[in-house]
Amino acid sequence: MSSPNIQLTDEGRLKHFLTIDGLNKTLLTEILDTAESFTGVSERTVKKVPLLRGKVICNLFFENSTRTRTTFEVAAKRLSADVLNLNINTSATAKGETLLDTLRNLEAMHVDMFVVRHADSGAAHFIATHAAPHISVVNAGDGRHAHPTQAMLDMFTIRRHKGDFTGLRVAIVGDILHSRVARSQILALNLLGTSEVRVIAPRTLLPAHVRTLGVHVYHDLMEGIKDVDVIIMLRLQRERMRGAMLPSEHEYFQLYGLTQERLQAAKPDAIVMHPGPINRGVEMDSVVADGPQSVILQQVSFGIAVRMAVMSMAMGSGQSSGQIQGGAR
Amino acid sequence: MQAEEIAGLIDEMALALRSRLETNRITAPVMIGIHTGGVWLAEQLHHKLAIQEPLGTLDISFYRDDFTRIGMNPEVKPSQIPFSVEDQHIILVDDVLHTGRTIRAAMNEIFDYGRPASILLVTLVERSGRELPIQPSVVGARPPLKLDETITLTGPEPLGLVIGKSKKQARSNDTD
Repeated sequence: MSSPNIQLTDEGRLKHFLTIDGLNKTLLTEILDTAESFTGVSERTVKKVPLLRGKVICNLFFENSTRTRTTFEVAAKRLSADVLNLNINTSATAKGETLLDTLRNLEAMHVDMFVVRHADSGAAHFIATHAAPHISVVNAGDGRHAHPTQAMLDMFTIRRHKGDFTGLRVAIVGDILHSRVARSQILALNLLGTSEVRVIAPRTLLPAHVRTLGVHVYHDLMEGIKDVDVIIMLRLQRERMRGAMLPSEHEYFQLYGLTQERLQAAKPDAIVMHPGPINRGVEMDSVVADGPQSVILQQVSFGIAVRMAVMSMAMGSGQSSGQIQGGAR
Repeated sequence: MQAEEIAGLIDEMALALRSRLETNRITAPVMIGIHTGGVWLAEQLHHKLAIQEPLGTLDISFYRDDFTRIGMNPEVKPSQIPFSVEDQHIILVDDVLHTGRTIRAAMNEIFDYGRPASILLVTLVERSGRELPIQPSVVGARPPLKLDETITLTGPEPLGLVIGKSKKQARSNDTD
């Protein structure tokens, strides 16, 4: 790394969670292990732990989202934090306030963490750089760049079903070009030691130098999913497409849509994932989305535990020297 | 302190606990051990008292009052209470009772699972330095310790008590 990683404290603990890039296997595993401990909280009488009591977490969403914003909100509430939801489309930014002014105003309300989604790549990094030093920032998706909590909840889902990443073949199918999810997934899968990561897409939906990310490229779905353990379908991001990238959605489904019949090419115990929202009949057939190999709804549940882990680790990175020994007895 | 002495202490604790349960007319208690040392101790007491329900375990990391100062314990384990705590008589087990803050956190966590009928506290070691009004029901030993000394249970096999080092040091030296 050329510049110090602003995501980490001097002791190497998580301060911001902006991208998988620059993190190591130990830290990713720590996130997964901590999330594992949080899964039990959802099954109790009181679905809350007092870890972040008195902290204020601000959901700063410059781009629409239902699932991600809701699961971040549930995660924050399960940690006993107070949550501010700012819908920027209808707020001051629309009246001309700059991002930095919005930020300063929220800081004046004593916010401890920002969860940021923005259509521009690098927005979360910008906020982390300019926010007051006690504030942590979690990236909930920035442009085409990164969506690290989504990648980690996918890793969590894969680990739950397959145990270890070594020996696994994972295929990511669809709109890689516009997908911040795919970028974060590829980085995380490779860091965690996945044997083979494949991307399957038409040439128009692949970034120019995709092989440099450490993936095998396929243009044929059946060939690409042969003998894989995990299939991750991506949403066609029609709202980000400029120009003629696809003849039609119908034709896309004919070539790249996952059907029960095509799924036979993968391993019999392969799991099917999708970050949502699904375009039924475009990326996959409803029979597959609702079928026994689909773990799509589990991804949503696990997303809460993973976001609880990331939030508490970032908020607990501490201003002090980080002595762990001793403590409560 | 060596394994044989600790085994003797645990036998005495089991006896004391049994008579305490009789006095309180508790016939079907459940047991919860606090990670990590408390679970080692609880496994033995659970066996000696032939408790029907499986042993519960608590990791109080999410309930610590010093979280904002020291942050997340990177080795947090899941709490597992495989029974309903509602109206149960609970025996809570830990290795060392010092400030009382761990027990405070553990009781808060137990109450998030439900409303127990009662809680008894059992610790292998009780030492001075309480910062909260918490007292044990059954204790194995009360060794005289200086304020700056720590006492740590090492284990799980064999169990040992080490005085003077930090908890981390004491446990990491014992990994043969």
